[in-house]
Amino acid sequence: MEFVLLIFLPIVAALFIPFLFRKIKGIHTGWFVLLVPVVLFIYYTTFIKTTMDGGHALSELQWIPTLGISFVSYLDGLSILFSLLITGIGALVVLYSIFYLDKNKEKLGNFYVYLLLFMSAMLGVVQSDNVISLYLFWELTSISSFLLIGYWFTRDGSRFGALKSMMVTVFGGLMMLGGFVLLGIMGGTFSIRELIAGSSSFVGHEYFTLALVLILLGAFTKSAQFPFYIWLPDAMEAPTPVSAYLHSATMVKAGLYLVARFTPIFAVSEVWIWLVTGIGLLTLFWGSLFAVKQTDLKAILAFSTVSQLGLIMSLLGAGAITFHVDEALFSFAMFAAIFHLINHATFKGSLFMIAGIVDHETGTRDIRKLGGLMSIMPVSFTVAFIGSMSMAGLPPFNGFLSKEMFLQSMLAIRQFELFNFATWGIVFPVVAWIASVFTFIYSVYFVFKTFTGKRKVETLPLEPHEAPVGMLISPVILAMLVVGIFFIPNVVGKWLVKPAVMAIQPYQYSHPSEVEVHVSAWHGFASVELWMTVGIILIGGLLYLSLSKWQKFYGIQPESLSLNGLYDATMTFSEKGMNRLSRMYMTGLIRTYLLFIFAFLSVTTVAMLFLQDAFVVDMSSFSKISVYGLINAVILLLAVAFVLLSKTRLGAIISLGAVGYSVALFFVIFKAPDLALTQLVIETVSVALFLLAFQRLPKLSDHGETKSNKLVNGIIALGVGVTVTLVALSSHSQKLVASISQYYKDTVETEAGGGNIVNVILVDYRGFDTLFEIAVLAIAGIGVLGMIKLRLARKESTDENK
Amino acid sequence: MKTNDVILQTTTKVIFFIIFLFSIHIFFAGHYTPGGGFVGGLLTTGAIVLLLLAFDLNTVQKALPFNFTIMTAIGLLLALGTAAGSIFFNVPFFTHAFDDFSLPLFGVTSLHTAMVFDAGVFLVVVGSAITIIQSIGGDS
Repeated sequence: MEFVLLIFLPIVAALFIPFLFRKIKGIHTGWFVLLVPVVLFIYYTTFIKTTMDGGHALSELQWIPTLGISFVSYLDGLSILFSLLITGIGALVVLYSIFYLDKNKEKLGNFYVYLLLFMSAMLGVVQSDNVISLYLFWELTSISSFLLIGYWFTRDGSRFGALKSMMVTVFGGLMMLGGFVLLGIMGGTFSIRELIAGSSSFVGHEYFTLALVLILLGAFTKSAQFPFYIWLPDAMEAPTPVSAYLHSATMVKAGLYLVARFTPIFAVSEVWIWLVTGIGLLTLFWGSLFAVKQTDLKAILAFSTVSQLGLIMSLLGAGAITFHVDEALFSFAMFAAIFHLINHATFKGSLFMIAGIVDHETGTRDIRKLGGLMSIMPVSFTVAFIGSMSMAGLPPFNGFLSKEMFLQSMLAIRQFELFNFATWGIVFPVVAWIASVFTFIYSVYFVFKTFTGKRKVETLPLEPHEAPVGMLISPVILAMLVVGIFFIPNVVGKWLVKPAVMAIQPYQYSHPSEVEVHVSAWHGFASVELWMTVGIILIGGLLYLSLSKWQKFYGIQPESLSLNGLYDATMTFSEKGMNRLSRMYMTGLIRTYLLFIFAFLSVTTVAMLFLQDAFVVDMSSFSKISVYGLINAVILLLAVAFVLLSKTRLGAIISLGAVGYSVALFFVIFKAPDLALTQLVIETVSVALFLLAFQRLPKLSDHGETKSNKLVNGIIALGVGVTVTLVALSSHSQKLVASISQYYKDTVETEAGGGNIVNVILVDYRGFDTLFEIAVLAIAGIGVLGMIKLRLARKESTDENK
Repeated sequence: MKTNDVILQTTTKVIFFIIFLFSIHIFFAGHYTPGGGFVGGLLTTGAIVLLLLAFDLNTVQKALPFNFTIMTAIGLLLALGTAAGSIFFNVPFFTHAFDDFSLPLFGVTSLHTAMVFDAGVFLVVVGSAITIIQSIGGDS
């Protein structure tokens, strides 16, 4: 079987969810959903063997091959790592959500449909080899995340957060699409593999840096890097399983994936290295600084996620330096980045779940109201403690290992003498260290303020108690992984990290085993990182103890001067400004709109005709005018005159019908039975429609036309008539390109198996056209239905108010 | 508007079926001779419009108890499904397939996936046109 189809498995499963949710009331819908990620996880583990040997798997599904667009699933070390994270954490999150979301009170049908949609989208992002299909899935993650954040859509906060996340991530996505198109222009292909292979040929291209920046914008908005992180804290309005899944383990990591995936193409550029490393470090610093300010448990975690994503981003940037200097230190950074990515998914996933449990069992997430829950919720406390200490970078947890590697890489950057790193290099370890101190503080803040100290039971909305067993399974598994990875880091390294590193740095390695990184917990007393960690614990500890004294300094910054303030101001401004702009030309009179449309049409067409010197009349090829044609033309003209001169609307409608019928007659004369038939029926139906709406139309004399109005109308009508005539004459006389009809005549039998060219064009050659046309038709039908039915409904509701 | 036009109603009852059968004929013949889903759908719409003219909205709704909005949706799904289905055979989106089959009663018949697509077009045309007419006509 083609495994590319597996990407669509969650979407296909999603089709059945509403049915299951409605019909099977006794069983929580989540149990059915759970099957999907579990099956996929097991299936994807079978690829580990291939990627460990440095191989990859490829599976292709045709989409629009003539444009170079296909669904290509390319499984190498990096894709497999991400696919396993998506399905593995996905399974745990679904399991958790079964206990978190009540099957009787919540709209589970919606929830799981969105979640499965998201799962497909995410798998598509990390497996796509084609940048266009990657973009498609990328935006699908934005949309499904929008739906998930807005899951409790009756709350203002949910809607605001959902809109904000979509605004920011879709903005980045569109920028990224631009970058992809530029890449396609430069490299002549949309396949990432081919782009990587041919990247040396277009490095010096003038679009290179532009494409780089645009693609990074996509990655930075998705991965909540500074200054785009503002959407992530507001995304916490989503149900906690969603936060644990999307906003810590998977979607936000899509940006990291993108950076890693495109490193082989862009790493040669100093702009890339400066931007990725610099923005990453800034985000790490900023996120950790502001995490301590927060009072909501999930907000603390959101900011900590922002900072951790920054950490991984900066490591990816440092790892890209290997493309310039052949030093083991920097492939080490790439290893650290991937390793920390796995570690972060485990500890942050468990912490989010704990935050959800605390919220679920006590009724609040406000850290000021919490405290002393340790004895009531011992299991949750243990998990929270393990997760937090791993996040703070303490042994014996996996976060310690990758944190040490991070510090080591940042120290190594100092020695790198390229692109001014020698002068600025010292900034990197210093900023990294300060950020780590704050990381330590918020980790301790999160766990100890919640679980230790005086119990404030009277302020809690609910009587606190330990969570049910089922809800604890997922966080406990993740916590066990946190501890487990600390003791067997090299197994994880060999199975998952090294193949991924090889995928990111294909020029350096031909086999994963060549990535000579050995993770060890103990580097001896001489290592600088160890003393940096000791310093982090000491200074961080002191600062935590004096937290109440300096936490109030955060209040100094006024809200209007923050990035959130900027976002709000931009939104309000664009809404008001655009409203004013559209009110200028949207008068509500259909006459005005038609005026604009026709005037624009005739002016531009005639101008182009003469600018391009395209107007020619070739009298010799005109056919003779038959008697029937002449008579029919007279009828047509008479009918048009009747429409204009008619004093009653009924007369106008009927003469308009006559115009239509005589046009149909022309089709008959010129031997186009298809068109004639269509025209006749259309005319009949539209006259009937007109008559139906007739009694609701205003009187003909009522529409307030003045003399000048009539003059403008006349000019426009004349202009359109002249335009159409000119276009018809010159398109008949132009013989620059051969007529396409011969091609249809030749191929209609062989290619499409049909006899009627018109119909074959409609359903086959130009099927897209027809598909979109009927979509427009359907939308028009539903639009009319909506307008009339909604108007009736509103009338009824106002009646009730009376 | 109350009318009781016996002649119109009587002839309509007969003519409706003639137009309807003609539209079906035109739909199936469309791939080889003039016709197809679009015209066929319009003809059926015309037949229903004739019914609406001769009788009133409620009578026609009772006689043809279809939900035309849903018919539109089914048509769209059918058309989109035909187009999308091809990618599961690993051929480009919108690739049609056709062949001759020997069927009982019909003899050798050429079957074409384009017909399924055309059926979608037919349903959308009928569905949305009648939806529009019904909602405008039913608006009081």
